[in-house]
Amino acid sequence: MSETKTHVLETKGLGIAFGGLKANNDVNIVIDEGELIGLIGPNGAGKTTFFNLITGVYQPTEGSYYLNGTKMNGKTTYQVVEAGIARTFQNIRLFKKMSVLDNVRVAFNKDMKASLFDSFLRTRRYREEEARIYSKAMELLQMFDLDKYADQAAENLPYGQQRRLEIVRALATDMKLLLLDEPAAGMNPTETEQLLHSIRMIREHFNIPVLLIEHDMSLVMNVCERIYVLNFGEILASGTPSEIAQNPEVIEAYLGKEA
Amino acid sequence: MNASYKRHYLINLAGIAVLFALLCLLFDTGILGRRTEYIKGLAIIGMYSIIMVCSLNLLTGYMGEFSLGHAGFMSIGAYSAAIFTSLLALYEISIPAPILFVISLIIAGAVAAVFGIIVGIPALRLRGDYLCIVTVAVAEIIRVMLCNLSIPAITGSSTFGKSFAGIPKIADFHYVFIATVICVTLMYMYIRSRFGRAVIAIREDYIAASASGLNVTKHKVMTFTISAFFAGVSGAIYALSITSLLPTYFNFSKSSEFLAMVIMGGSGSMTGSIVAAPILSALPQIISYVNADFASYRMLIYAVLLIVIMIFKPSGIFGSYEFSLERLIDKLSGRKNVKAVTVAGGASIEAPTTAGKDDIGEVK
Repeated sequence: MSETKTHVLETKGLGIAFGGLKANNDVNIVIDEGELIGLIGPNGAGKTTFFNLITGVYQPTEGSYYLNGTKMNGKTTYQVVEAGIARTFQNIRLFKKMSVLDNVRVAFNKDMKASLFDSFLRTRRYREEEARIYSKAMELLQMFDLDKYADQAAENLPYGQQRRLEIVRALATDMKLLLLDEPAAGMNPTETEQLLHSIRMIREHFNIPVLLIEHDMSLVMNVCERIYVLNFGEILASGTPSEIAQNPEVIEAYLGKEA
Repeated sequence: MNASYKRHYLINLAGIAVLFALLCLLFDTGILGRRTEYIKGLAIIGMYSIIMVCSLNLLTGYMGEFSLGHAGFMSIGAYSAAIFTSLLALYEISIPAPILFVISLIIAGAVAAVFGIIVGIPALRLRGDYLCIVTVAVAEIIRVMLCNLSIPAITGSSTFGKSFAGIPKIADFHYVFIATVICVTLMYMYIRSRFGRAVIAIREDYIAASASGLNVTKHKVMTFTISAFFAGVSGAIYALSITSLLPTYFNFSKSSEFLAMVIMGGSGSMTGSIVAAPILSALPQIISYVNADFASYRMLIYAVLLIVIMIFKPSGIFGSYEFSLERLIDKLSGRKNVKAVTVAGGASIEAPTTAGKDDIGEVK
């Protein structure tokens, strides 16, 4: 790449058009090591579309995106995850009928090496690997206070904990960048408080950058260092929370123009 | 960890050995009199049905995709084994029966698995109803293909569409029992491995599964192939025990019959398949045997049974419950449960109980 330093995530003129509609247009975002970035914007601004673009769900029709300097265009979802971008979903997508523990173990699949043959015969290699993954998964669950539910079906967890489990599952993929899509949606104040605690813990323990889509302004203003505002698929503004809060264009996008 | 693995294996091995000994006692000592051969035949039907239904359960129960053409893969296995053994007989190559049996099964499974890959790669891009229709079509293609296929050395001037008879009868009860145990064990091991977890995750939510780093297509094709492999093995046992084949046997209604067995036993439960397959495959035969006048009503009884189960237990007899001999023994002997066991439904977790009043001595 160029002589500039490599960022964890960098998008260059990223865009996608669905027919004539440009859902994302010329989006330039930079995320560096250890940062907590917020992505806000009115409904339909293209925030989730942006997530889908950088996780391989959609392929960009313009521009490109880089993870640690590696061009990621054309990769499918699981390849993006293997490269190190993990995400959660706006509406919770857990493996409902599977146990809480298995939800996490599934995400460890990509660093498991036991072959089909090992699994059929339950070789030593298989057993050691399973034991290793089991303790890793339990460790993660313990960290987020979910270990006591390990044997329960994921669908039986209360809402807030389902959200948390989704985050744990994303963390299990051993990512370099975490994307959270409206993690506080539908949460009560106590649950939001817990979420805040979880996000802080992720930064402390994993030291990875987090990109957060959120409508809960107090949460965004509280935790994020920088904020990008998306409107009609384009970046409207970016800056620190206080800059964004006072930006007249942002206020206009959210509240409309004064008559 | 290793000690508990060992105990687990020993208990299951002992259970299987006891079952095998009991069946041998029934069939080999002649206490059943002149009905022995007939009942042995039913047992073999039951056993290849178990393999077949378990293999279909991999798709339906664990991967969550319906296949209404699984009899197609069974027929490929059956014809592969039949052609292989017939050719050997033709060229007068004699191999000891047990070895021939094993080789035939492996060849049959492998050919069916190759077809599974060929069909799976394009077809598994589809889901749900669309995939289901494709599987029906594939089974029909296989059937029509077999009807018109001819190998002059075996069929002469005719095709396989006519009855293919004279297949050596090497599927002895003992071999079939062992083969069934091995097949079911392998399938169970697959489902309880990381591959099985992946496939169940894909069933639950394929978008989340790929966002967790799973290659959805790869896992689906792999499961489909393994399922086809065991369907082929089941077909081979069928061919080598019945000794004559007709392509029309493996038709659409045969496929749906197997699917009905999966659903009735409980999709997502190997135990369910193992119980439902022999009962449902032998039931029509038993009914017609007991009372010849009743024979024409057997499909009616079958249908009513299906409807009743679907009304009162839509998830099948066993739901997603798995029987565990180890757990049963632990319960009966009042041994403390080392691992907390989630019972189907998820609610109750067996609490470590203090030693019961009249337990059979807790050996440490």
